[in-house]
This record gives sequence, structure tokens and C-alpha cells, in this order.
Amino acid sequence: MTAIPAAERSLRRSGAWIAVSLALVAGVYVRALVFTPEEATQGLAQKIFYIHAPSAWVAFLGCGIVGVCSLLYLFLKDPRLDLLAASSAEVGTVFLTTVLVTGPIWGKTIWGAWWTWDARLTLTLFLWFICLGYLVLRTAVDEPGRRARYSAVLGILGALLVPFIHVSVLLFRTLHPKPVVLQTSRPQLPGSMLTTLLVSFAVFTIFFFALLARRYAWARLREARAQGEAEAADASR
Amino acid sequence: MADLLAQAWAIAAKDLLLEFRSRTAFLSALVFTALVLAIFNFARDPTAVATIDLAPSILWITFSFAGVLALNRAFSLEKENRAIDGLLLSPASRTALYLGKTAANLVFVGAVEAIALPLFALFFNVPLLGVLAPLVLVIALATIGFVTVGTLMSSMAVNTRFGEMMLLVLVLPFLVTPVSAAASMSAKIFAGRPFAEWAPWLKLLTAYDITFFVICTLVFEATVEE
Repeated sequence: MTAIPAAERSLRRSGAWIAVSLALVAGVYVRALVFTPEEATQGLAQKIFYIHAPSAWVAFLGCGIVGVCSLLYLFLKDPRLDLLAASSAEVGTVFLTTVLVTGPIWGKTIWGAWWTWDARLTLTLFLWFICLGYLVLRTAVDEPGRRARYSAVLGILGALLVPFIHVSVLLFRTLHPKPVVLQTSRPQLPGSMLTTLLVSFAVFTIFFFALLARRYAWARLREARAQGEAEAADASR
Repeated sequence: MADLLAQAWAIAAKDLLLEFRSRTAFLSALVFTALVLAIFNFARDPTAVATIDLAPSILWITFSFAGVLALNRAFSLEKENRAIDGLLLSPASRTALYLGKTAANLVFVGAVEAIALPLFALFFNVPLLGVLAPLVLVIALATIGFVTVGTLMSSMAVNTRFGEMMLLVLVLPFLVTPVSAAASMSAKIFAGRPFAEWAPWLKLLTAYDITFFVICTLVFEATVEE
């Protein structure tokens, strides 16, 4: 019965982290909008970059965590890994949705089209489909052990599928701007913009882990309560 | 190894024999495929788009939907009277179960395709005889790709709520690579393009088949353990 107070404590702690990271996110936007120069050709539209790119980074990080936890789960059978994978998939899906919403807003202004079947757009879209499939699968299985095994299998296969989809769509033509930070020559972004971008990456990473911690703490609490109820029912019998 | 293959063969033979006796699933998959092909004829404007440009899409959309339909059969069959428990209690290993189910599905989908392909050539006036060998290679590789993943997914989907719908949601993202590769290669083959133009797709599809065959064989156990 000590599991419930412990889970409640970590839920409260994660709430504090969310408050801190929301303040940091607000700070990034103040910096991006007020203290970072406007891009010469794209103008204000480029500001969405400071949401879009870091969201994409944490979304892919989230999907990576799902893949790793799924693989580990099949070996270790630790239910906490399953809860962590589920939490990460859910938070990752939120950020993937952000990417898929902010991208077209920028694309309409700069490319003149809301959507193109470019390599990265397609990959992100399919990653989103896989994540949705993962979340839907979890709702369709009741027994926790089976749900964890099935989710782990889908998590592993999904992680393997990503490079294949990437190559498939690369064999078509691609239109997306090439990476501006992680490239072999030195970054071509002007210093002040680069700083804002890197700060936004760091802040979004903190924000992601705060959300992940909260979602995970909540899952633990729900599980502890369910267990507590089952024990109480056993005791009264 | 010989043991494993013998067990897998026994399971595949059992499935195919069951199917051969009733033929319900096979006939319905076949009628479904013919219907989709016939409906496609009315879903296009023959004066605007040349048939040969549309042919690869028609072929692969038809094949992938027929394939997914067929995949449902493999494990829903075992769900009746909880026959799956008997299979799991038998001395056959889980790997043999997966290999047997995959082999039976391959034969099943392959048979549907073998009848649908001439029908497709007939309906859409596509000259197949000259390009049969490369086309059959492409069809075989793409079918192996989605049957290996699909068999694994159907073993999970059968135990979920709304299993048939769930199978579609789970399998369709995995069809991107086999279907895009197969459709691109078929288009090049129909257009008489040289092998070098579609070789990258062939490599990708082969890599996909090998990767997913190995990984699905390894993780299958996790989907049936009780």
C-alpha cells in the first residue's frame, strides 16, 4: 500500500517540472520573437522553425525511447518498461502532431502548398500513423501482460520500419530544406539564430521529459490504485 | 533444423488442407479480387489516363487488399474452439508455428495472385507474356514482404477488440515499402525500362524481406505465449 503515496509524490514533483518547462518554453518564444533577427527571405514565417524543429527532435526522441523500451521489455519483462514506452509514445504523438501542424503552416507560406509528398513529410506522417496504431492497439487489449507484449512487438517492428520508409521515399524526389545544424560542414545559420534554435532544442527536451515523467507517474499511480483495490477486495472476501 | 521444418510443414499442410476442403476463404478472396479489378474499370476515365499508366496502381492496390483479407484467416481459424491452445500444447515449437502459418499464407495469397494476374491482364489489356519473369519475381518478393509482417500482426490482431479493423491499422503502414517498391518496379517493367533503373528498389525490397522475416521469426513467440 506504500506504492500509492509514492506515486502521488512523483506525480506532484512532475507537476513542478512542467511548470518550470512551460516557463522556459515561454522564454524561448520571447527570445525568438523579440531578440532574434528576422530571416531575410522568409520573414516572420521562419519563426515557426523554433517550434517545428525542436518538436520534431523530441518527437523522434520519444519514438526512439518506445523502440528501446519495447526491445528491453521482451528481455526483462519489467512492466515499468511497458509503462514508460506507452507514456513516451503518447507524448511523442503529441509532438509529432505539432510537427505535422506547424509544417504545413510554414509550407503554405514558403512553398505555396500545404502538403507535398517530400521524403521527411512522408516519414513523419507514417511515424504518426505507427504511433497512432500503437496507441490504438493498447486500447484494444485488456489483459496487461498481453497488452505489454503486443505493444513491445509493434514498437520493435515500428522502429525497424522507419529506415525502410525513409529509403522508400528518398527514392522519390525530396523538397525539404536540408539540415542546417547537423551537417558535415559548419552550420550556416547566423550566430544569434543558431543560439535561439539550440536553446529551443534544449528547452523542448526538458519539456518533453517533464511531460513524460508526468504521464509515467500518472500511469504508475493508476496501476498502484488498481492493485490496491484488488488487494482490498481480496481482504474483504 | 530438419525437425523445425517438418513441424512447420505439418502446420502449413494442416491449414492448406482445411482450406482445400471448404475453399470458402479462397473463393471469397478470389471473388473480392475480381470485383475490385472490375470496379477499378469504372473508377477511371479511359479517355484521360492511359491504362498502362494506371496499371501498376490497380495491380498493387488490388493485391494488397486481397492479401490483408487473406491474413485474417490464418489465426481466426485457430480461435474457433480455441484450437490455438492445441497447437501451443503440441510439441511443435513457436517458431515452427510461425513458419508454418507464414508458408500457408504465402501459398494462399500466391494462389489468389496467380489467378488474379491473368484476369488483370485481360481486363486492362496489359501485355504480360514478354515481362512475365521479372514481374513474377517482383510479385513474389513483395508478397513475401507483407505476408511475413502480416502473419505476425494477425496473430496479435485476432486477440484484440475489432480484430479485422485492428489488423488493417497495424499492417497498412508496413505496406509502404513493399507496395511502393513493387508498384514502381512494375511500372518500369511494363514500360520496358532497363533493369538498372529498378535495381535500387529491388535491393530495398530484398533487404526489407530479409530484415522482417528474421525479426518476425524472433519476436513471434511474444505474441502467443500465455
